[in-house]
Amino acid sequence: MSGEGWGEGVDRRRSRRPILLRGGHVIDPATGRDGAADVLIHRGRIVAVGDALGVPDDAEVHDVAGKVVAPGLIDVHVHLREPGGEMSETIATGARAAAAGGFTAVCAMPNTSPVTDNPAAVGFILKQAAAAGAARVYPIGAVSVGQQGEHLSNFGALVEAGAVAVSDDGYPVASSHLMRTALEYAQTFGIPVADHCEDRTLAAGGCMNEGLMATRLGLKGIPSASEQIVVARDLILAELTGGHVHLCHMSSAGSVDLIRRARDRGIRVTAEVTPHHLTLTEEECEGYNTDAKMNPPLQRWEDVEALRAGLADGTLDVIASDHAPHHPESKERDFDDAPFGIIGLETALALGITELVGGGVLSLLELIRRMSTEPARAFNLPGGTLRPDAPADVVVIDPTRRWTLDAGALVSRSGNTPYRGRELTGRAERTFVDGRQVYQAG
Amino acid sequence: MTEPVLGKDLLGLEGLDADRIRLILDNAESFKEVSERSIKKVPTLRGKTIVNLFYEPSTRTRISFEFAEKRLSADTVNIASAGSSVEKGETLVDTARNLEAMRIDMVVVRHPSSGAPKFLADRIPSNVVNAGDGRHEHPTQGLLDLLTIRDALGEVAGRRVCIVGDIVHSRVARSNMWGLLTLGAEVAFCGPRTLMPSGVEALGVQVFHRIEEAIEWADVLNVLRLQFERMEAGFIPSLGEYYRVFGVTAERLERAPRDLVILHPGPMNRGVEIDSRVADGPHSVILQQVTNGIAVRMAVLYLLTGGGSAAGGSTQRTGSRRETA
Repeated sequence: MSGEGWGEGVDRRRSRRPILLRGGHVIDPATGRDGAADVLIHRGRIVAVGDALGVPDDAEVHDVAGKVVAPGLIDVHVHLREPGGEMSETIATGARAAAAGGFTAVCAMPNTSPVTDNPAAVGFILKQAAAAGAARVYPIGAVSVGQQGEHLSNFGALVEAGAVAVSDDGYPVASSHLMRTALEYAQTFGIPVADHCEDRTLAAGGCMNEGLMATRLGLKGIPSASEQIVVARDLILAELTGGHVHLCHMSSAGSVDLIRRARDRGIRVTAEVTPHHLTLTEEECEGYNTDAKMNPPLQRWEDVEALRAGLADGTLDVIASDHAPHHPESKERDFDDAPFGIIGLETALALGITELVGGGVLSLLELIRRMSTEPARAFNLPGGTLRPDAPADVVVIDPTRRWTLDAGALVSRSGNTPYRGRELTGRAERTFVDGRQVYQAG
Repeated sequence: MTEPVLGKDLLGLEGLDADRIRLILDNAESFKEVSERSIKKVPTLRGKTIVNLFYEPSTRTRISFEFAEKRLSADTVNIASAGSSVEKGETLVDTARNLEAMRIDMVVVRHPSSGAPKFLADRIPSNVVNAGDGRHEHPTQGLLDLLTIRDALGEVAGRRVCIVGDIVHSRVARSNMWGLLTLGAEVAFCGPRTLMPSGVEALGVQVFHRIEEAIEWADVLNVLRLQFERMEAGFIPSLGEYYRVFGVTAERLERAPRDLVILHPGPMNRGVEIDSRVADGPHSVILQQVTNGIAVRMAVLYLLTGGGSAAGGSTQRTGSRRETA
């Protein structure tokens, strides 16, 4: 698919003047460039990347020495809550939170109210996103009508309206028959089927990882087998159909093993992992901390290590935030009743730099690859590179800036994050979408 | 008033040290006498206001707390909520704010969600006593079981106590486990694998899946009530099957190498988890548990409101409720 015509999420008023980002450290995983260079953008496109580019007469010049210039980050898994959950987030606040986190594009999951299962709902998201003029927002359509898990939604109409993938995220596709038909039918449109892998009969009533911690707190656990059973099924169905399955928010060592073996067999699979599953364990639930309640639940440290290894060796392609805003009242309750999920758009990059680059798991180039180039490839999105003529979706990162997360100072409408008060390193300093600056750090 | 030796709240027995547990049991020992008088009342908590906030049906625990409060001369109010139509979490936040506004001294709370008493305790200045939360803890039940075992065997340390039944869903099992381990008992769980929580072996708890092995091993059996819902949810095939495989019967006890002390937190399902001949037999201390329940609760209420701070002899002060969480 082409980036023109849909999924733009920005208005058409581009800066008429060229913009030169001068003297930065350019990282473009798609070309392998990893060194000092200037980047010139104009009319919404990358014009040139190179040493000591001349300054066009009318150019706006930004000195970005000491900063990293990279293709804008792309998050293939966010919940923007609008329509229906505007107390927690809107498309506009979510798109601005994305821009503040260095993201130039996000993919919005369809579990809104009403569900994004028809072209009008897709059009609504694009219209709201265009009005916001921050990060691009690409809608994800529902696999099934109303996410009810019964009848396929109209993939053709959804894609024509601008959907880039289908998913029943929030609800797993329980029926193997439905998953099979989705994987078969989606191939016509070249879109992935993104699945939230969970066996609901095993997970029913659970609210954290099954184990000693859940036993101590007296909370019903979810065994990681609940995820792995559906991962295995989806991989088998992807092999059967030749369809592209995208596995959402992988959380356990067993799932990494299954995907690794599937890749060896040549099965078409892409898989994502969240910053929180890469950095936190079930211990965060201590004291009934509802900001540590998410689905899939945080696991053990062995799982964190397996996820990191899977990310490093390419078994897991993509880092995605699973940004899941919940307004304070909804998390301010006992653990059983609190909703699953945490916000992530404004912490993903810093957690990647602090924990993954700082922890020796990935180089900064590899981190950018997993947060920009690979997400673009997995969902066939424009961007993810600074090649000439690519969309001018660019992030300028200060990789050494230290900051402390103040949940009250976030752009997102919600502050449900277990990282509050955490010292982090690195953050987006400027974000350009379609050649226009949509965010600048204060 | 000096800082109460137990801290502000009693939310669980996990993290409560042996000195404090013994302090509660010793105080309970002295309060037993009050219930033997013809006028069963002391002025200890005169002028204190206690709310019994029960989000889950309970007869014996609520009555036991109420007797304990009345025998200490506290003013009490009972609030029973079915927790049905109102969303539980919202109710709890609002309830906390309302209770705070009414300037009460103490809340005794039972709630179907694990952690709800802590949620309340974190938000109100009053003392909070957990009267059972979800499958987390039921600390006063654990304490009264400890007192009953101590009465029967002289001491808890070194005794082998096996808790039998639906462990995974049981707050009684968890509170007993923490209290018994802290006092130096050997602890085992016995029940079907489908009703056993994961990871307890790491805490030093032995696990049996055969009641005969548990009986062979133990000095004390604490037999839990089997909830009928467990069968409906498919954890066990039938009540008859459960009795056949895990029932504590006179025949099984006759083969034990020693006389076992039998506890049950009640209410009993006779002929499901326990045989009447055992429940009513010479080694059953089930009714002593009920009597001890009042004394233990009197002791807890007394200590939380600042009593016994000089008598404690404990080395650590706990201002933080984390310690008992």
